[in-house]
Amino acid sequence: MAIEVRIPTILRSYTGGAKVVEGSGDTLDDLLTDLDSRHSGLRGRLVTEAGALHRFVNVYVNDEDVRFLGALDAKLSDGDSVTILPAVAGGAFGFAAAAAIAQHAATGRRAPVTVG
Amino acid sequence: MTRYDSLLDACGGTPLVGLPRLSPTVPEGAPPVRLWAKLEDRNPTGSVKDRAAMFMVRAAEEAGRLRPGDTILEPTSGNTGISLAMVAKLRGYRLVCVMPENVSAERVQLLRMYGAEIIFSPAAGGSNQAVATAKQIAAEHPDWVMLFQYGNEANARAHYETTGPELLHDLPSITHFVAGLGTTGTLMGTGRYLREKVEGIQIIAAEPRYGELVYGLRNIDEGYVPELYDATVLTRRFSVGTRDAVLRTRQLVEVEGLFVGFSTGAVLHAALAVAHQAVRDGRRADVAFVVSDGGWKYLSTGAYGGTLADAEEALEGQLWA
Repeated sequence: MAIEVRIPTILRSYTGGAKVVEGSGDTLDDLLTDLDSRHSGLRGRLVTEAGALHRFVNVYVNDEDVRFLGALDAKLSDGDSVTILPAVAGGAFGFAAAAAIAQHAATGRRAPVTVG
Repeated sequence: MTRYDSLLDACGGTPLVGLPRLSPTVPEGAPPVRLWAKLEDRNPTGSVKDRAAMFMVRAAEEAGRLRPGDTILEPTSGNTGISLAMVAKLRGYRLVCVMPENVSAERVQLLRMYGAEIIFSPAAGGSNQAVATAKQIAAEHPDWVMLFQYGNEANARAHYETTGPELLHDLPSITHFVAGLGTTGTLMGTGRYLREKVEGIQIIAAEPRYGELVYGLRNIDEGYVPELYDATVLTRRFSVGTRDAVLRTRQLVEVEGLFVGFSTGAVLHAALAVAHQAVRDGRRADVAFVVSDGGWKYLSTGAYGGTLADAEEALEGQLWA
């Protein structure tokens, strides 16, 4: 038995295009280290240098957000299903337009918009 | 209350109804575990977003940001646009909605009927295209007012001042509150209020997990977390896939006669998870969840009939919540 890990489209370059990979570990931290040994660079996309989960990455164990289960210390068991997703909000539009518009709002009604 | 001076005054005060058939059975002698649905589809335009729209417009008026005849610009995948369109019409503003083209036909028709103008952003272009669209519109019309529901405190405050107190009044024994996570306004506002008033209450978020198209970012750094979001308000957060959301949506109409949109199916899925856990733990639970809208606007998706696999396919790439 192993832990099944679902990889989002934008991170499949690290898994040779695979949607689902398998790994093992007692915690999420262990699992990501194990995955990185076969999919080099994957861990670095999910965990910051300070050792926390990336702000725009959501990881779910059996459909529950790991940030409420101890984050990287979340306990895992064989047979668990882990899903990694980029953070998007409020329907697909939110994540994209909101960033642009928030910047517009922050710079004032009449200021020009500069969004990278 | 059954008489109001205007439609705007009829916002909120929605019924809370018990779901005795869907509530889990508990062993003989064990404390009861009950599910309750807050029927936000009973608001003036048929969704929970009426509360936020009214509060955001009122706050902008009070701050002097909105004057009669002004234009409101809002990115929305549907319900907020419909609510704002109604409020804008009654308060004398023009509304321009920017929305992805992969929303259901009913939402577009409704918006146009209310007099809103719509600018579509291509679904397939992913975030980059949508950012470009929003950038362009904002730059071309710097005098348009964006209420910006993802970062507007009046969105969450609407729920702190109305949804939360209504729930506590109708269900003083509440132990869990479950709602969908989008702008996060409903959960932040209601959650904060209930945490202040009810010791040990659990605030549970259910977020829709869409098809892959929707997560078509070019890289992780293009992700977005709404400014309103504060994780410390939540106790748990579930990701609910399309299949589970459809299954629960159908179950709700089959078992309890409640015809709801798919986001409510996702919310029910999370509500049932915590309800069943309470049964296993032998604890009393009164789980209230939000019915954010009815199913009418989603009939054209075809996902109410056929097999679950058909429904899943019908909703692939659609914004069903």
